[in-house]
Amino acid sequence: MTEKFISIEGIAKRYPGTGGATTTVFENLWLSMARGEFCCVIGHSGCGKTTVLNILAGLDAPSEGAVIVDGQAISGTSLDRAVIFQSHALLPWRTVLGNVAYAVSSKWRRWDRARVKAHAQTFIDLVGLTGSEHKRPSELSGGMKQRVGIARALSITPKMMLMDEPFSALDALTRGTLQDEVRRICLETGQTAFMITHDVDEAIYLADKIFLMTNGPGAVLAEVVENPLPRDRGRTDLHRHPLYYALRNHIIDFLVTRSKTFTAETPGHDPRNVPVVHIGKPGLTIASDAKSEPLNETSWPGLSRPSTSS
Amino acid sequence: MTTTSLRLRAGLVSIVLLAAFLGVWHLAVRSTAPVATMSPEYAKLMGLTATQGKSAMPGPVDVAAKLWEHVRRPFYDNGPNDKGLGIQLGYSIARVGTGYLLAVLVAIPLGFLIGMSPLLSQALDPFIQLLKPISPLAWMPLALYTIKDSSISAIFVIFICSIWPMLLNTVFGVASVRKEWINVARTLEVGTIRRAFTVILPAAAPTILTGMRISIGIAWLVIVAAEMLVGGTGIGYFVWNEWNNLSITNVIIAILLIGIVGMLLDQILARFTRMVTFPE
Ligand SMILES: Nc1ncnc2c1ncn2[C@@H]1O[C@H](COP(=O)(O)OP(=O)(O)OP(=O)(O)O)[C@@H](O)[C@H]1O
Ligand SMILES: [Mg+2]
Repeated sequence: MTEKFISIEGIAKRYPGTGGATTTVFENLWLSMARGEFCCVIGHSGCGKTTVLNILAGLDAPSEGAVIVDGQAISGTSLDRAVIFQSHALLPWRTVLGNVAYAVSSKWRRWDRARVKAHAQTFIDLVGLTGSEHKRPSELSGGMKQRVGIARALSITPKMMLMDEPFSALDALTRGTLQDEVRRICLETGQTAFMITHDVDEAIYLADKIFLMTNGPGAVLAEVVENPLPRDRGRTDLHRHPLYYALRNHIIDFLVTRSKTFTAETPGHDPRNVPVVHIGKPGLTIASDAKSEPLNETSWPGLSRPSTSS
Repeated sequence: MTTTSLRLRAGLVSIVLLAAFLGVWHLAVRSTAPVATMSPEYAKLMGLTATQGKSAMPGPVDVAAKLWEHVRRPFYDNGPNDKGLGIQLGYSIARVGTGYLLAVLVAIPLGFLIGMSPLLSQALDPFIQLLKPISPLAWMPLALYTIKDSSISAIFVIFICSIWPMLLNTVFGVASVRKEWINVARTLEVGTIRRAFTVILPAAAPTILTGMRISIGIAWLVIVAAEMLVGGTGIGYFVWNEWNNLSITNVIIAILLIGIVGMLLDQILARFTRMVTFPE
């Protein structure tokens, strides 16, 4: 059984709405991740994915509940949790090297210039930007900017990477390359990763676990889908895996219909014990976080719809 | 290629326009005068030019000749009412420089504080809104009464007129730094002071410099008026004094120089602004 490296415990986010009412983006949200796990969140626009990520990063505080990282409740941001922003968020007055070096010198304040520069250079090389160190962000293409963001996040050797739709603005080819790079780096460095995406194939390729969120307001985490594909999967032969379509259909099915109807159709949904879905392995479910309550787990083969009677 | 030719043509048109202006000016002031036997200086000194039939307005040649005199002896000092133009301009520039620098020292740190603190921002807003539209010259009597020194009063007036654009632009620049850049600093656990210098200052610098550029322009506008009021020294006083002497030539020269210095000050600030501006 894997320990819970990250545990989101009953968080809620509310905003004051019009006329004194409060809008609840989500409430009583529970979610956990093991060390070294790659998790993707999928859900419709506006359901609160970015909000969850910001709370995990410490950029935003939950209205209720807490986030436990490595046994400690977080309060604010940390150099252990690097964020790759959707809009890359590079400082435009700094060069590529300057942007990465800024992160490095923030983590290791006592390092001299040469050491900071050498360390930053390693990560610029890692994301394949050797030769562009002295360019400013305005001189880079979208994919290159995103790479600088990745290099900056990795350069501080975080324990966890938080990525908010990092590749959504890129063309398919660049996206593929960067997905390969991020996957390789995360596997090599044993990163725990939390990524928001709208791209089902991206989630299938990268994630060990896929979190499915229903539509907001009042969004809930509906299911945790375990990725049945082998860890050494390749991007090009992904679709040849026998369970690929079952998995893909399940997610798309959720996005198209069930994300709207889930709350109404599943009155007994327990947000603390979100069902873990094992595609193609009926009855053979051993899930790490839900082990104590096996009755709560639902599982069904490939294409079948989940029954709410279980 | 096309841009250089455009520049060339624009320059040519400028020269033509200038020549036309000087020509018209020259012809206009020659007027219907019968014969001007007196030297123009003498005529002007007598204040009889009008009765002589010659226009009191000096022509471009007179101005150029006089200007050449000034350029040859910019720093002479023949007592309180007769100093070289260089000295007078020097006084004005020194006053503007002092008042402006003091304003920079106050406006930028204060603007930072206000911009970073919503509380201060709201608390100080009514005061700023009230003080900003007051003509800087309206402060003059109060300044003269409390400071009792005309030169320092002029500096104070420069200070008060150049502080508002800088303050408001700094507040605006600091308050509107992109949230994502602030978030970058936050995720890197950068402390407040370092964040102010490494993120907020560079991000707000173009806006701040724009405010500084507006300020220097206003300060240079105001100094002329202020020196006319307080008297003694400075280019503003020079203008007023020459008007009293009925030396329109000197007034025109002073106007020209005020324009040139103002342009130079603006260009200097424009260059600084370009230096801190970053492409996005
Ligand atoms: N400051 C705010 N005040 C009020 N409501 C807000 C505020 N910020 C976010 N929200 C609401 O919170 C909800 C979730 O926003 P969030 O940015 O987390 O969505 P998201 O799932 O990331 O969407 P997308 O996929 O489009 O990025 C939205 O419905 C939004 O209207
Ligand atoms: Mg979002």
